Amino acid sequence: MSSKKEQHWSKTRSLTFTVLAVWAVIAFVIHWVGDGLNSPAFPGAYFMAGMGSQIAFAVLVFWFASRQNKIDEEFGLEEK
Amino acid sequence: MIKLEGGFVANLGKVYGLYTLGFLGFVILMGILEAAGVENTIIGWMFVAFTVAIYALIGILSRTMESDQYYVAGREVPAVYNGMATAADWMSGASFIAMAGGIYLKGYPYMAFLVGWTGGYVLVASLIAPYLRKFGAYTVPDFIGTRYGGNLARFCAVFILVIASFTYVTAQINGTGTVASRALQIPFELGVWIGLAGILFCSMLGGMRAVTWTQVAQYIVLIIAYIIPVFWMSNKLGYGLIPHIAQFEAVGRVQELEAQLGIGALMPTAEAQAAAGKLAALKVGINDASDSFMEKWKFFTLVLCMMAGTASLPHVLMRYFTTDSVRNARKSVGWSLLFICGLYLTAPALATFTKLSLLDPNVATSIIGKSFSEVSNLEWIQQWSNVGFLKVIDGNGDGIVQINEFFMRGDIVVLATPEMAGLPYVISGLVAAGGLAAAMSTADGLLLAIANALSHDLYYKIIDPKADTKTRLIVARIMLVLIGAAGAFVASLKLTSILGAVAWAFCFANSGLFFPLVLGVWWKRANRAGAIAGMVGGFGAGTWYLYMVQFAGMTPWMGIDGLRFGMIGMPVSLILMVVVSLMTEEPDAETQKMVDEIRIPSGKVVSGN
Repeated sequence: MSSKKEQHWSKTRSLTFTVLAVWAVIAFVIHWVGDGLNSPAFPGAYFMAGMGSQIAFAVLVFWFASRQNKIDEEFGLEEK
Repeated sequence: MIKLEGGFVANLGKVYGLYTLGFLGFVILMGILEAAGVENTIIGWMFVAFTVAIYALIGILSRTMESDQYYVAGREVPAVYNGMATAADWMSGASFIAMAGGIYLKGYPYMAFLVGWTGGYVLVASLIAPYLRKFGAYTVPDFIGTRYGGNLARFCAVFILVIASFTYVTAQINGTGTVASRALQIPFELGVWIGLAGILFCSMLGGMRAVTWTQVAQYIVLIIAYIIPVFWMSNKLGYGLIPHIAQFEAVGRVQELEAQLGIGALMPTAEAQAAAGKLAALKVGINDASDSFMEKWKFFTLVLCMMAGTASLPHVLMRYFTTDSVRNARKSVGWSLLFICGLYLTAPALATFTKLSLLDPNVATSIIGKSFSEVSNLEWIQQWSNVGFLKVIDGNGDGIVQINEFFMRGDIVVLATPEMAGLPYVISGLVAAGGLAAAMSTADGLLLAIANALSHDLYYKIIDPKADTKTRLIVARIMLVLIGAAGAFVASLKLTSILGAVAWAFCFANSGLFFPLVLGVWWKRANRAGAIAGMVGGFGAGTWYLYMVQFAGMTPWMGIDGLRFGMIGMPVSLILMVVVSLMTEEPDAETQKMVDEIRIPSGKVVSGN
């Protein structure tokens, strides 16, 4: 395998790990401390499960897609 | 449309824009007819007939005899429309009918489904979908079979796909039956078969191509139907124009009422609960995030199982085979998630505003604290009690309805909300059409996933590799009808509630398929023996555990119940796959080269299709 493809894959891999790390925080860490987000002023746990996490996931996927496109283009491996 | 195929894809915005306007016009027309005194039953019939006729028309216009069109819609679906189709494919009867009711009855712990069913798409986008698109498979077992080689691996994947999707599809056909029987006032069993006929019309002639374009149409109907009542209620109750923002203030009010009405303290008496059977009273607060380890663990495990299930359910993954490029497959996942959020962001608001409509003594439609005779005389209470969806039982005999005396099925939060909140009947008809669209679109996708796996992987790849295209596509259609009929038959037996069966499907899929799919892309060393061990072991362990907990009376270990049995299946699958792969020879050079090819977007699709 040419080193161009190797570099492409190593960058792809680190992007994926970054995405998964952010994903794990939004999905698991935040809801593990869900009870701590609630206050008399604002229903934080309800907000995160009903809205915050969902929107964050959508933003994360679009961000991932655009970063991955840049990586593909950097190594000339995008679809022509 | 057939002759203008290129023209059709280029004009999608115009076609679906007109369609949306046409549908809104139809809703307004129905409203006018209602005001003019046309009977409710007729309006219900019109909604069902009009929408199903459109889906069937799209299905017929999209008929095809080309395998690329039949299996992957010609790989020309733009990212946005594929996102819309995926959202309809994804959001089942359970999402549409049962989700808000679950939040209503079970509060924050139930919202784990919202987090799991959205977050799973991050896994789809980053770990699986783009790579499977580059591979160019027709079906998910096609990838497993080619990546690991050999008929046994392919067969295991087909088997797991069939079990998971079939569990899911019976729940959907059940959903169509529930909605159709209510809207059309016909027996449930008949509703099931009518639903099936509609589903087959959409998918049989045109396969994936037909399903894609009907699913887009179904998404538009279901999202309009879901959102309009919530906007209406938010404004009627005076909380604000946009329910998604107004809901947080409403949650505060609900929590005040919870203290006042004794929600969480006032439990139904044993006799009342026995008389109510499976119907449930409201027993928990709307936002009680617990600080106990066990509750947190249960939230975590449910989220994890639903996410991994999302990323391994074949009817979802195969939607990304239809985009025109790898780049657009990724983007399409983002669009899918946005369109899904359209409903999932609304579900908690719907649950919250329904609570206020029923509980808040300042609201005219409330029933708690009113006299027993007054409540039992309400039209919607009578209607829904008659079909066994709710029951009011005066447990303490004081003649006043308390919170622990009102029993219901979660589903009525969506289905009966328009009547509860005193909205015109046309909104009920709209909701019925939406529920039908949601259940039908998912059933379409699932039936196609099963039939395609049987015809492409089992028949063509394993049994008769020399079969010509025409024979293959005829076999595919015969499978579709047989599986559909089997699904309708099982659904008419009413074995499980809608959501129970849905959660099982996710756990079947993640126990058997998640790691073979992910490691197939991400770990070159994964080989045939490992994959087979992972599929058989993971699926076997998960299924055994489900059986023990659900039917053999075993106490769930660590709170892992029948909804979460993927927590048993997945680790077994991962460990077996890694250990067995390492103990056996590494895959040959050709397979490793194929994995390298999958990992880059440029170049031709890898499979021979």
